[in-house]
Amino acid sequence: MYDKEFLKEFSQKLKAWEEQLQSELKKFPERQERFDTRSAIEVKRVYTPIDLQNVDYFDDLGLPGEYPFTRGVQRTMYRGRFWTMRQYAGFGTAEETNKRFKYLLQQGQTGLSVAFDLPTQMGYDSDHPLAQGEVGRVGVAVDSLRDIEVLFDGIPLKDVSTSMTINSTAAILLGMYAVTAQKQGAQISDLRGTIQNDVLKEYIARGTYIFPPQPSMKIITDIFEFCSKNMPKWNTISISGYHIREAGANAVQELAFTFCDGIAYVEAAVKSGLDPNVFGKQLSFFFAAHNNFLEEIAKFRAARRIWAKIMKERFKVTNPEALKLRFHTQTGGSTLTAQQPLNNIVRVALQALAAVLGGTQSLHTNSFDEALGLPTEESVQVALRTQQIIAYESGVADTVDPLAGSFAIEALTNEIEDKVWKYIEKVDSLGGMVRAIETGYVQKEIHNSAYEQQLAIENKEQIVVGVNAFQTDQETQLKSILKVDPSVEERQIAALSKLRKERDNNAVRESLKDLKQAAENGKNIVPYVFNAVSVYATLGEITDTLRDVFGEYTESTIL
Amino acid sequence: MRIFRILIAKPGLDGHDRGAKVVAHALRDAGFEVIYTGLRQTPDQIVRTALQEDVDLIGLSILSGAHLQLSRKVIELMKKEGIDHIPVFVGGIIPPDDVPQLLQMGVKRVFGPGTALSKIVEEVKTILHEGVASTGGS
Repeated sequence: MYDKEFLKEFSQKLKAWEEQLQSELKKFPERQERFDTRSAIEVKRVYTPIDLQNVDYFDDLGLPGEYPFTRGVQRTMYRGRFWTMRQYAGFGTAEETNKRFKYLLQQGQTGLSVAFDLPTQMGYDSDHPLAQGEVGRVGVAVDSLRDIEVLFDGIPLKDVSTSMTINSTAAILLGMYAVTAQKQGAQISDLRGTIQNDVLKEYIARGTYIFPPQPSMKIITDIFEFCSKNMPKWNTISISGYHIREAGANAVQELAFTFCDGIAYVEAAVKSGLDPNVFGKQLSFFFAAHNNFLEEIAKFRAARRIWAKIMKERFKVTNPEALKLRFHTQTGGSTLTAQQPLNNIVRVALQALAAVLGGTQSLHTNSFDEALGLPTEESVQVALRTQQIIAYESGVADTVDPLAGSFAIEALTNEIEDKVWKYIEKVDSLGGMVRAIETGYVQKEIHNSAYEQQLAIENKEQIVVGVNAFQTDQETQLKSILKVDPSVEERQIAALSKLRKERDNNAVRESLKDLKQAAENGKNIVPYVFNAVSVYATLGEITDTLRDVFGEYTESTIL
Repeated sequence: MRIFRILIAKPGLDGHDRGAKVVAHALRDAGFEVIYTGLRQTPDQIVRTALQEDVDLIGLSILSGAHLQLSRKVIELMKKEGIDHIPVFVGGIIPPDDVPQLLQMGVKRVFGPGTALSKIVEEVKTILHEGVASTGGS
């Protein structure tokens, strides 16, 4: 970005400056010998035009809304519309979560995000022995279409966008959502939202896998195909680095493994005959925002550039809409501390600001009490207000990609990109992501990083305020922590057995038989799942039908 | 001196095993023999593994909020199998209000978020030595 003449002159000045610096350092040494990020990027004392000498403005940055989208996926970004403020919520029964959703919408939240309980995520009905103690705990309990009807009662699905954190059972929940919307009078082609549907990261980071990788990939491809024809505004997958990061990966590994997952999905879809120019528009991403402010901003900017290059160069995509990396961000749950919990408000604010400066499309801000339990209404409100303060008061949303051109940000963006490509090459050399997961390579990398980070905290190389420095003697007791009513499980089971008596059980049996045949014959299972859902087959019954055909995955434990 | 065997287990449906693996790794580095069950073990499976592997200590990692039910179930089954002399510790997202209940049902220690590995290792050594002292050594 600078001409040779200037760089030559500048190098001389820099050399003189460094000579003076040496004598100063003898008198006033720096705090540390090296300053490294957790991704082992050495942060320099000062970044200058020399660091950007190989940057080509148009190839590497481009204008907002243009390839390679480093500066953002839209031309106006937040001048047009703020990011979607989307707080992940769900607990207890559908009725209770419906109330929380209405509260959040009334507080100015602009999109919904559904948390499901673990039995729902694992394909067990609430009366299954393995569901005992887990019903309605970490999210809302869903057994059948009836629960989704109640969950969105009074919320017009044609007007809101809804994100559902659901993976192995995504086709079922998508079906329940679509059928509910139809019953409300909406066209499914108008529905906007996202299903997470990213099973590969479940094997390496989040754990809610059911089927082995191959059939899981098949179901995901089925969903891509179905939605590109019938639900074109729906994001068919949210390829997630968030959980990889939370499981212990650093920023570079987060991007690298997410993109390796993304490559595997695109390859599988292309192999089954789908056009990446079409389904590529419906891919979305999900990243974490952690504490290192500059590294995180650079990470988000690098992410857009890398994905655009992958789609263009590797998959020969020409449709610009299918080159754009659109992503949701959540602040880092694992950075929250149980000690001095109010400090978390500040951490969340900084992380959220990094996500906004990095150009996120939607954002969830964590509540300060989440290292202790589910958030209360009060703490959720503070979290949402944090986003609103950034949006309406800070001014950072008034210009597009305000940190572009910063020597430090651009240099870090480049460095993250280089390191991510190296990881992607490594995974390619292992035979691709599915293979790398099967051998345990990815799990091992993430675990080693998690362990190293914990050791760094133990020996105070990494300071966590309130945990290994600046501790106080008295334990902070929060006034209230949300308790899930223990009667939820009983009520949910009672409603389920009532449903089983009242529904047309012949229709249920037929629909499950059809689904089984479709799965055995390698047909697209999505229409059959939708059909089963619409006659009130339960989530557990549908999943069991698929378990019969596809089998279940057991992990090899990697330590 | 023999090497103590520790079982680290993830009961319930929760898939968050970063903490369990890091603690298992630290205990192994501290010289213990560690068996990690992997995800989604029923209380029954955990107790059976404890029996088969003849462990000296059981650590349960729970982040889903189901810690009271799951810990109670494991301890009940241990009593039934006559291995309730094996001490149990619990780690995870445990609301402070629930800690007394866990201790009352027989859990020896509860480690919440932010607990240093060195502290866990130290406490584990203490628990094991208490056990050795009370049974006269083995």
